[in-house]
Amino acid sequence: MSLKSTLCAATALSLITASSAFADGHSATITIATVNNGDMIRMQGYTDQFTEETGIAVEWVTLEENVLRQRVTTDITTNGGQFDIMTIGMYETPIWGANDWLVPLNDLSDEYNADDILPAMAGGLSHDGTLYAAPFYGESSMIMYRTDLMEAAGLEMPDAPSWNFIAKAAREMTDRENDINGICLRGKAGWGEGGAFITAMSNSFGARWFDEEWNAQFDTREWSDTLNFYKNMMDDAGPAGFATNGFNENLSLFNQGKCGMWIDATVAASFVTGDDSTVADSVGFALAPDNGMGKRSNWLWAWALAIPAGTQQEAEAKQFIEWATGTGYIELVAENEGWANVPPGARTSLYENPDYQAVPFAQMTLDSILSANPNDSTVDPSPYVGVQFAAIPEFAGIATEVSQEFSAAYAGQQSIEEALEKAQAITNEAMEAAGYR
Amino acid sequence: MARSVTPRRKLLNTTVAWAIGLLIFFPILWTILTSFKSEAQAIAAPPIFLGFDWTLENYRVVLERSDYARFLWNSIIIAGLSTVLGCIIAVPAAWSMAFVPSRRTKDILLWMLSTKMLPAVGVLYPIYLIFIELGLLDSRAGLVVVLMLINLPIIVWMLYTYFKEIPGEILEAARMDGATLRQELLYVLTPMAIPGIASTLLLNFILAWNEAFWTLNLTAVNAAPLTAFIASYSSPEGLFFAKLSAASTMAIAPILILGWFSQKQLVRGLTFGAVK
Repeated sequence: MSLKSTLCAATALSLITASSAFADGHSATITIATVNNGDMIRMQGYTDQFTEETGIAVEWVTLEENVLRQRVTTDITTNGGQFDIMTIGMYETPIWGANDWLVPLNDLSDEYNADDILPAMAGGLSHDGTLYAAPFYGESSMIMYRTDLMEAAGLEMPDAPSWNFIAKAAREMTDRENDINGICLRGKAGWGEGGAFITAMSNSFGARWFDEEWNAQFDTREWSDTLNFYKNMMDDAGPAGFATNGFNENLSLFNQGKCGMWIDATVAASFVTGDDSTVADSVGFALAPDNGMGKRSNWLWAWALAIPAGTQQEAEAKQFIEWATGTGYIELVAENEGWANVPPGARTSLYENPDYQAVPFAQMTLDSILSANPNDSTVDPSPYVGVQFAAIPEFAGIATEVSQEFSAAYAGQQSIEEALEKAQAITNEAMEAAGYR
Repeated sequence: MARSVTPRRKLLNTTVAWAIGLLIFFPILWTILTSFKSEAQAIAAPPIFLGFDWTLENYRVVLERSDYARFLWNSIIIAGLSTVLGCIIAVPAAWSMAFVPSRRTKDILLWMLSTKMLPAVGVLYPIYLIFIELGLLDSRAGLVVVLMLINLPIIVWMLYTYFKEIPGEILEAARMDGATLRQELLYVLTPMAIPGIASTLLLNFILAWNEAFWTLNLTAVNAAPLTAFIASYSSPEGLFFAKLSAASTMAIAPILILGWFSQKQLVRGLTFGAVK
């Protein structure tokens, strides 16, 4: 074959591949961008049932959380129209809703029963009272602890412990010789990793990100108390290298019996009591700790399905959302995989169901969700919505930088005071540039 | 005169070379081993090297959940066509710079290389908007063009380096024999530079295969290559290390096999002109 013929063939091939489409014979195809976690993957497995019922085919684009966030943000801000449904969280929903980037979900069918959505979830996924995303599952954070180690330490975990009790228990349960750490907490840099944890924890110490004039508050005693308490406790009772541990690292440690306590997302309850856990039979649950100031240190989050305003298939997308976040889907999963595996934290009726009430972590998950209020998350008044974040577009960038400074302090690369000074400067500078101050 | 190497020295060199080779290969080996573990074994501490229950379960799950063939086909098309297209443009460019240089040739070469220093995210929005306007989002044609443009400076540089090693007198002789420019390029220059062109093609095919920023940001369903396939198994909330390793192994397997069979050409091309 001559070079000329090769070139012609290559060009023809590129044109064919460029213009080819995947014909599938369905009346419509919707494309959904989603995160890779257990509940979402399970939903993908049941998609064929939706297609059978409606004739609507579904294409999935599954990405890691941070990649997905960047990907869908690019698409929605440019009106790219790549997706008909996006999986987004409580942080993005009110911001995107305010910008009219999302289709309002105020006309869902009566059978769907939108009033059944837990008020805390509906509130966090709304803007000006309009729901912009339907929660697929919701989560808060709570304490997961080893009942056997707690007993061996001669302590009893209260349903709603204080930070002082947790610190004491963590030190008592620590057994360095046997590689048991009293407590495992997130320290990894990133606004959704260690940043989320320390912000939620700071709420219980009376700290806040901003005062009512959007001035950074890292120069306050409350923030200093939070970080010093965290670091002292983790130095004494946390795992080595805790400054780089996130959800997965702590889950791994807990499942291998190396943590006495772990405070993290309520969805982890099904992991630590599941088949991969070596301590599944000795796990107890309690509310995230407080500090006697009226706020607990638990967060509130939901992964929710939203429709970008530029979609050409709004009706089909709404049909899917009603199917995936409705009670029928919960029953479908319960029937096939048991009640412990249904998506939690989204609907009131789920927690009224006697079958679900029998799941060991069900009530504590609900109590945790109900004790978090995104509209009133701090002891002193603050101008933002959100528990472990402030729902403003600038927050993700600022909080990522701030959490990097905190992680450096946890790792001993700088002092707590230096980290807080830098956090104060970073935040005020960014808020000034953005026109808040 | 050849320098004599003592057996002891030879043994030392061989040992050091193997140690470095194994060190570099270890992450890939670990990924492959993890892909045959259960999720619990994948996160075990201390890590289990070989003494685990080997399972193909992760591969079964990955194949069941994802359309691997579609991702693979997209990778082959996108990496292959962008490399070929880049080479078609780069051969004449490198020829002119190597054999008909101007005062600005060095500057142009440096400028081309400097475009590689621009962070990709800095031009994400303009490129994305252009793709929307041209209807190229989630199309293989769009990605072929973008990846070709990204790798073009490297292709031109590599070919320029190889061409500089070829005596210009040979091309002059061909011209005196009546060869046209096209004939000179196709029948004189190209055959002499085959090792260099082959290694350039191979290296750029690997670069295009592994490119993850543009392939993740400009695709959704139809044009998503194996980088998107791997990304779909990464998760900050949930343990999917074994499945992620299985997906990674499946994604790198074709390129590892290609590299294995073409290693002689790669080494020959990369060391072309290095020793005079």
